[in-house]
Amino acid sequence: MDIAVIRSYLPLFQEAGWLTLRLGLMGIALAIVVGLICAAVHYWRIPVLNKIVTVYIEISRNTPLLIQLFFIYYGLPKLGIRTNPAACGVAGLAFLGGSYMSEAFRSGLESVATIQRESAMSLGMTNGQTFRYVILPQAMSVSVPPFVANVIFLLKETSVFSAVSLMDLMFTAKDLIGLYYNTTESLFLLVLCYLVILLPVSLLGSLLERRLRYAGFGV
Amino acid sequence: MGRELLSIEHLTKRYGDLTVLEDLSLTVQEGQVIVIVGPSGCGKSTLLRCINALEPIQGGIIKLDGQEIDRDTKKLPELRQKIGMVFQSYDLFPHLTALDNITLAPIKVQKRKKAEVEAEALQLLERVGLKDRAGDYPRQLSGGQKQRVAIVRALCMHPEIMLFDEVTAALDPEMVREVLDVLLDLAKQGRTMLIVTHEMQFARAVADQVIFLDGGQIVEQAPPDQFFEHPKTQRAQKFLNTFTFETIKNHGGNDYENQA
Amino acid sequence: MPDLGFEVLLKGKNFARLMGGVWVALRISLISVVISIPLGILLGIVMTWKNPISRVLTRIYLEIIRIMPQLVLLFLVFFGTTRSFGWDISGELASIIVFSLWGTAEMGDLVRGALISIPIHQYESASALGLSSGQTFLYIIIPQTIRRLIPLSINLITRMIKTTSLVLMIGVVEVLKVAQQIIEANRMASPNAAFGIYLTVFILYFLACWPISLVAKALERRWQ
Repeated sequence: MDIAVIRSYLPLFQEAGWLTLRLGLMGIALAIVVGLICAAVHYWRIPVLNKIVTVYIEISRNTPLLIQLFFIYYGLPKLGIRTNPAACGVAGLAFLGGSYMSEAFRSGLESVATIQRESAMSLGMTNGQTFRYVILPQAMSVSVPPFVANVIFLLKETSVFSAVSLMDLMFTAKDLIGLYYNTTESLFLLVLCYLVILLPVSLLGSLLERRLRYAGFGV
Repeated sequence: MGRELLSIEHLTKRYGDLTVLEDLSLTVQEGQVIVIVGPSGCGKSTLLRCINALEPIQGGIIKLDGQEIDRDTKKLPELRQKIGMVFQSYDLFPHLTALDNITLAPIKVQKRKKAEVEAEALQLLERVGLKDRAGDYPRQLSGGQKQRVAIVRALCMHPEIMLFDEVTAALDPEMVREVLDVLLDLAKQGRTMLIVTHEMQFARAVADQVIFLDGGQIVEQAPPDQFFEHPKTQRAQKFLNTFTFETIKNHGGNDYENQA
Repeated sequence: MPDLGFEVLLKGKNFARLMGGVWVALRISLISVVISIPLGILLGIVMTWKNPISRVLTRIYLEIIRIMPQLVLLFLVFFGTTRSFGWDISGELASIIVFSLWGTAEMGDLVRGALISIPIHQYESASALGLSSGQTFLYIIIPQTIRRLIPLSINLITRMIKTTSLVLMIGVVEVLKVAQQIIEANRMASPNAAFGIYLTVFILYFLACWPISLVAKALERRWQ
């Protein structure tokens, strides 16, 4: 490995890493919003929307992000829906992540026993109060582990962004390998950058999970 | 005995085709303790759940203080505040301490002052012998302690009537007593209560009236001594017999040898 | 009806070519699944051993494989082996290697999870009945583990199929690559082919994964 090469490549990877992180976080934020909406629609069994959400979740979970991106980026413009690469990446991640986030929230909501709702109601709480003070806090603690897993999963999925010509980490690595054959250095930096992004999230996740387990809400 | 507090007229409750309660009428006076007994599946718990409007009903009227309890009324949360209910088990909020379990509804629902509610909660906890456990989470409490906290939680809302749904059924035998003692204490204070239980001796001690429910109907209603000594109906006699055992061994005898 | 590019599929052998691409993708995932499942079961059992060395080693393997995006692993194997060892392996072989390594790790974790989820009193009541540890494993533990495991393993297959779409990025000619070629070849005749063809690929992937995940869901519900 050549340190000089690494030093000269580092700024390129740094920039690509920021792009990956920025688009990844934007996509995840949108995915959380989509997930919350879908979970709410399911939880309150809102007619019609309920069916639409189910169909969306099945489609989103049973197709790969790469194919979703290809369709959004190359297919949709033929219908007049044009996106730039960055918007396409964020939209794709939100489309994929929305269903995963929705399932994480739903598993939390469903884990709260009916008797909890009933005892809150019999104390005279309204639906809103019951949800806010009794259901939500319990659901959240159950949702945290799958939520963190989804964040890591979605950050990893950003690696296909280069397919829609975003100059992300994969794009940079492939480009440099193709141009200068400095394969070892490029791959080293690629792995390093992903570790820098993913390791802290992963560690934070296991820390949170452990704390929740010790808090042990189980009755 | 005072005025009429709760009245149930011609209550009918069905799950699909299954009729659980049929044309059931009952009135409860202020200060009265009514114990409901009957075989499993006779509709005892459903009756309590209907009174609290946790179940939709298919016929009849339930009134508290002259106001109809209806699942569609906007006043339902307000009415429910006047009805304290304690369930069989596992209904404390696991993410809150015992004290927070008790004070949540008075503070958030009744908008009372935190300091005042906490003082009252601690006083009530002391009365049931749990003052030192106020900061514990439900998972740190035994079953009997959890149920006592649940009772205090209901009490702290100052309900006019309390419903107890087999509150000792899920408890280990040695914990049953500590919970029943709390109920006896409440009865002594003159609280209006509807109690569903399988503890027959307790029923006899606490009740003003015993109701025997079977097949979704009130089969017999009588003061406890009369019900337990001289049940009028055959169904009640049969039910009460399930709580007694015949002695099968003649201690010191030699039945086995005779059989062989 | 505007031209959405579906008619390109009916031209010549285009549809057959596309299905050929699907087969390449499916072949890669099937071979990887077939390799991953037995290796994963083995890994899962090893992971439950108390031996600290095996524990640390398997843990490291699992963490390394799981924290890296699969595409990075593909790059490492495809470009890295050429560089370090001078091997010139095909994209398809590199894919199978990576997906098997990944699948083994995922399967191993599922097996471990299923094994440790069996409560201790199951072992105790089996030995109280006089079963040997081999019999306990065979009659008590394995049947319960399998019930937990089958829905999860089936889900792993759909994840594997979805992951296969990545092999495009290291130049394997599979369904997406064929789609690109068809669109390119018909650029003049049907300028809108990108919509129809990519939608078709989208639907093909959905049709490959959806029934499988339905089966997994049904089994999970039945055996819970």
